[in-house]
Amino acid sequence: MDHPLNLTVDGQEHTLAVDPRTTLLDALRDRLGVMSPKKGCDHGQCGACTVLVDGRRLNSCLALALSHDAAAVTTSDGLATDGELSPLHRAFLEQDAFQCGYCTPGQVCSAAGMLQEAADDAPSVVTEDLEAPVDLTDEEIRERMSGNLCRCGAYVNIVAAVSQAAEESR
Amino acid sequence: MNPFDYIRTTDTADAVAVLTERPDAVFLAGGTNLVDHLKLGVTEPGLVVDINGLDLTDIEVLDDSGLRIGAMVRNSDAAADMRVRRDYPMLSRALLSGASGQLRNAASMGGNLLQRTRCVYFQDTSTPCNKREPGSGCSAIGGYTRYHAILGASQDCVATHPSDMAVALAALDATVVVLGPHGERRIPVDELHRLPGEQPERDTILEHGELITALELPPPRAGRSTYRKIRDRASYAFALVSVAATVDVDDSGPKPVIREAAIALGGVAHKPWRARAAEAVLRGAEPNEKTFLQAADAELAAAEPLEGNRFKVQMARGAITTVLTELTGGPESKLDDTTEDAHE
Ligand SMILES: Cc1cc2nc3c(=O)[nH]c(=O)nc-3n(C[C@H](O)[C@H](O)[C@H](O)COP(=O)(O)OP(=O)(O)OC[C@H]3O[C@@H](n4cnc5c(N)ncnc54)[C@H](O)[C@@H]3O)c2cc1C
Ligand code: SF4
Ligand code: FES
Ligand code: FES
Repeated sequence: MDHPLNLTVDGQEHTLAVDPRTTLLDALRDRLGVMSPKKGCDHGQCGACTVLVDGRRLNSCLALALSHDAAAVTTSDGLATDGELSPLHRAFLEQDAFQCGYCTPGQVCSAAGMLQEAADDAPSVVTEDLEAPVDLTDEEIRERMSGNLCRCGAYVNIVAAVSQAAEESR
Repeated sequence: MNPFDYIRTTDTADAVAVLTERPDAVFLAGGTNLVDHLKLGVTEPGLVVDINGLDLTDIEVLDDSGLRIGAMVRNSDAAADMRVRRDYPMLSRALLSGASGQLRNAASMGGNLLQRTRCVYFQDTSTPCNKREPGSGCSAIGGYTRYHAILGASQDCVATHPSDMAVALAALDATVVVLGPHGERRIPVDELHRLPGEQPERDTILEHGELITALELPPPRAGRSTYRKIRDRASYAFALVSVAATVDVDDSGPKPVIREAAIALGGVAHKPWRARAAEAVLRGAEPNEKTFLQAADAELAAAEPLEGNRFKVQMARGAITTVLTELTGGPESKLDDTTEDAHE
């Protein structure tokens, strides 16, 4: 039986009815035509489906849409304002941080969520002093972005892009 | 995916009552394990009860100065909580070594404890597996066993429990608070998960309908602690072997003596493996390499590795001794995960 679902996606409100089996990723892509998040593995193993839900990065392929009724979802598209790329988007362009681009919307959302986590001083497993403020070294960026795979292997430039965006946001 | 019904509940008693009435119902927390299993056909419930609306998201200091962490606290929030970072760094680091940033934002404390094995045959419904389908056989025995058990396995199942967090909780002597049809009960985390025996389909001693409401940590222990994870890639991979350890050394006498030690191993058994034989060797002994090797060997004497995971015995031996060496290396040794000695 279908259940009602309210979602605000990139600032736009939607009301729809979904079968409980629908994942957030499928609701976005198949039901709402929001194609920014990608389906890579569909099992939480690649990060291509990463979106921000109420500001936190999540794998939308492992979330039931109904669990996120009334949530505000931001995709990589939604990080741009009035057609203007965000500093994070520009950093990806300037650092040549992609090849085919399939993983990129997930990388961008993951980076956006991660930069906020670091700004909130959330530690990572490579943070030496768990109680100290976070210093976003390349090692920290690699660890914090490890949930996003890139089949083209653009990792080196992705780290550079995220590092640039982190510098610019300071 | 098989069709199922869905309800969302905001009341713990109600959540328990619904499951008690419906043998085919399951709880849904972060969904990072359950939704995967729904897709794979590993689990085919008739009803999914969403517990994301339950008011189980607090972290509170207890009267005895321990810490109570609600079952719906997200893994990332627990790891970033300053009290956890300061007083239970081993738990913070175990949580942070699991999965990815995105997954930890979704994963709950209760769901992490009750996540199921990553045995590839368990996840593949086209192969026999006693855990998924009792009596069908175990495809891992004689198959791919790199991630399988070397301790406490049975003829029927050689799977490991994949949680990093649970290994730290075992070393910390945490308590799991559970609400069931007959009220609340409290279970030492070491007694929550079972060894497979002849019933590998049962991961834990929980009965259908029992809801984990919180984890309770005893007051912070004296001494130093850490969590070390060895895996096939640097991040975003399950443990081959992991070690959670706390050691408290008495330096007041002519020779240092180990006052207390608690060790748990991950990646080696069907449950977080509390290394009590190793602890017994350490208690009262002088902290040196010989003691550490004796302790590791005492624990691993019972190891029965499989064709594909013989390396784990040596890996666990090395991990235990390395961690103990670091934890007892004096203040000048480079250590991230120390809780300063709380002894007066
Ligand atoms: C690609 C990938 C990599 C991963 N790597 C790691 C890793 O390296 N280390 C690690 O430890 N974990 C790892 N994980 C697993 C992850 O930590 C778990 O999936 C997560 O912790 C489960 O929590 P959840 O809230 O999402 O649980 P759910 O998926 O919602 O639930 C899991 C199970 O617990 C039950 N349940 C949930 N909450 C309760 C409750 N309060 N009371 C009773 N029953 C409950 C559910 O019914 C279900 O059976 C990984 C997962 C993925 C997908
Ligand atoms: S090890 Fe356990 S989970 Fe894996 S196939 Fe055998 S019975 Fe199934
Ligand atoms: S599609 Fe969601 S993690 Fe791969
Ligand atoms: S740019 Fe092609 S997968 Fe990352």
